[in-house]
Amino acid sequence: MNIHEYQAKAILDKFGVPTPKAEVASTAAEAKEIALRIGGRVVVKAQVHAGGRGKVGGVKLVNSPEEAEEVAASLLGTRLVTNQTGASGVPVEKVMIAETLDIKDELYISIVIDGVIGAPLVMASTEGGMDIEEVAESTPEKIFRVAGDPLIGLTTYHARDIALALGVPAKSVRATTKLITDLYNVFVENDCSLVEINPLVITEDDQVFALDAKINIEDDALFRHPDLAALRDPNQQDPLEQRADKADLAYVKLEGGRVGCMVNGAGLAMATMDITKAAGADPANFLDIGGSADQARIEEAFKIIIADDDVEIILVNLFAGIARSDIVAQGIVAAAKETNASVPMVVAMRGTNAEEGIKILADSGLNIIGAPDLAGAAEVLKAKLLELGESN
Amino acid sequence: MAILVGENTRLLVQGLGRDGSFQANRTREYGTNMVAAVHPGRDGQKFEDEVPYFSTVAKAVEETGANTGVIFVPAPFAMDAIIEQVDAGLELVVCITEGVPVLDMVKVMAYIKDKPTRLIGSNCPGVLSPASKAKVGIVPGNIVQPGNVGVVSRSGTLTYEAIAQLVQHGMGQSTCVGIGGDPVHGTTFTDVLELFQADDETEAIVLIGEIGGIREQLAADYIKEHVTKPVVAAIAGNSAPAGKRMGHAGAIITGKAALASEKNKALEAAGVHVVESPALIGAKMKEVLG
Repeated sequence: MNIHEYQAKAILDKFGVPTPKAEVASTAAEAKEIALRIGGRVVVKAQVHAGGRGKVGGVKLVNSPEEAEEVAASLLGTRLVTNQTGASGVPVEKVMIAETLDIKDELYISIVIDGVIGAPLVMASTEGGMDIEEVAESTPEKIFRVAGDPLIGLTTYHARDIALALGVPAKSVRATTKLITDLYNVFVENDCSLVEINPLVITEDDQVFALDAKINIEDDALFRHPDLAALRDPNQQDPLEQRADKADLAYVKLEGGRVGCMVNGAGLAMATMDITKAAGADPANFLDIGGSADQARIEEAFKIIIADDDVEIILVNLFAGIARSDIVAQGIVAAAKETNASVPMVVAMRGTNAEEGIKILADSGLNIIGAPDLAGAAEVLKAKLLELGESN
Repeated sequence: MAILVGENTRLLVQGLGRDGSFQANRTREYGTNMVAAVHPGRDGQKFEDEVPYFSTVAKAVEETGANTGVIFVPAPFAMDAIIEQVDAGLELVVCITEGVPVLDMVKVMAYIKDKPTRLIGSNCPGVLSPASKAKVGIVPGNIVQPGNVGVVSRSGTLTYEAIAQLVQHGMGQSTCVGIGGDPVHGTTFTDVLELFQADDETEAIVLIGEIGGIREQLAADYIKEHVTKPVVAAIAGNSAPAGKRMGHAGAIITGKAALASEKNKALEAAGVHVVESPALIGAKMKEVLG
């Protein structure tokens, strides 16, 4: 789960990680008051769940409270389109007003889970402010890595090693070491999947601050963090993804696709997207209905797929183990009839109660073409796409 | 022979709620020797009037000689169940439960590192050896067929797809192993490849990977050095965009190595028969085995 920068800052504050003075505003008037309180030059930052906001005017340096008010007014209520959002962008409902610092050096630090080591991995680099994936690609030697111990955590000497590798001034080593240790605690105690500080700054007077913070909480651990679960901002999600979340469906909207996919199981769902692509069309979505979906959830899944205007044809691929084909078929038929959906469907159904499921679909009078298996579905889809012609 | 599970498997099932009970029944119908059921508060009762219930794994092992455990408890309790089974000395523990917090699995892996127990999962479909009717997990018994192809996969239903394709082309399986889709998991591709390479009954191997992580690359390295049996591989997620999690916690493109194309490249360089579409696994294996 993604959270906003101002929420991440609050978590960092709680764990003793130094951050610039900052407050969040929902109105331009509030922004002005905050800027006045902080004093001097401040930065106004749009609070959205997407990177790349700086490049599209989502982060602005201002010289007065009046200017802060003006910038806040121009951002609030708009939608920000960055290289990480879809074409419709994400809404700016809050802005953060933060003090500016006299920066001497910009560094990078992040923590993720390393699956192979089986522990949280701290990655640090002197190339702060840059796109870290690019750094990793072109100059991997500039990234310093240290894994924490699953049972002990990150020892102080490890944190000091990182501070030294970052080449911070002698006067800042102790504070940087503490900051890294505290960040590690943030990661572990909040069940994070990502803590990223880019940049971590050293000021002219050798103080250390987390200037920007990105924190993701692991969805599977939210059950034990009700306080963090409450930070969810559904408005930042694609509306269809938001609807899928509520129905407990794993759904990802894919930009520009025309084939809606309904599948059970994540691996098979990806394989189904792949054969769609091989058949000459882009998938409109990833959708895993899960193992034990009841009819209501199947109906909602179908409705979410056809609510996507880009969808011209639906590919259903079911290999039922725990799931039951007849229930899936009933769900599809009920939802298609309720919504008067006329999109053609290519359906492969195997496993538990497949025969019953296929019969329900065949008897429904809907526009359905059966396919025997994955390869067969690809062929049928290809023929059907030719029939539909070019995407409109 | 087969690997991991066979005629000597004495199965203990932990967590007999709705899904656990359903799967325990399918397992028994298939012919697997289920000797114990563990569910707190049901001591003295019997599952389906036949299999004794116990409140603790230790007691169940002591009374029944169970050597293999399968876990269906809800995610918040999965770490505890795994550790309880490891402490009771089970040889093989299979955790089917989906949605176990990653940091719980981090602790589990550190805890079991020097213990003799082998863990498969979490978030996996489990293991099935058709010839000995040994099913530990949720792979449907009616789709498999005894034979000589070993199957190892990160995905559940895509494993079933591969099995169906093998059967369609007249090839049975020695053992099917679903290692699971979580970023931190017990038994890895490499572990299973080592077992298949040493197994007399396995003539060829199907490996099914997906986007995310670098496990397929590690498998490729291992195959290059140690595996002489033919391997057919498919990687799901060629069409997946970067940065979006595709259902499995581990299935997310976070850098170049996580791409399907990079994994395909590494496997091809190791001499693996990589199919461009997951629909071609069966046909390719048929071609390889002649």
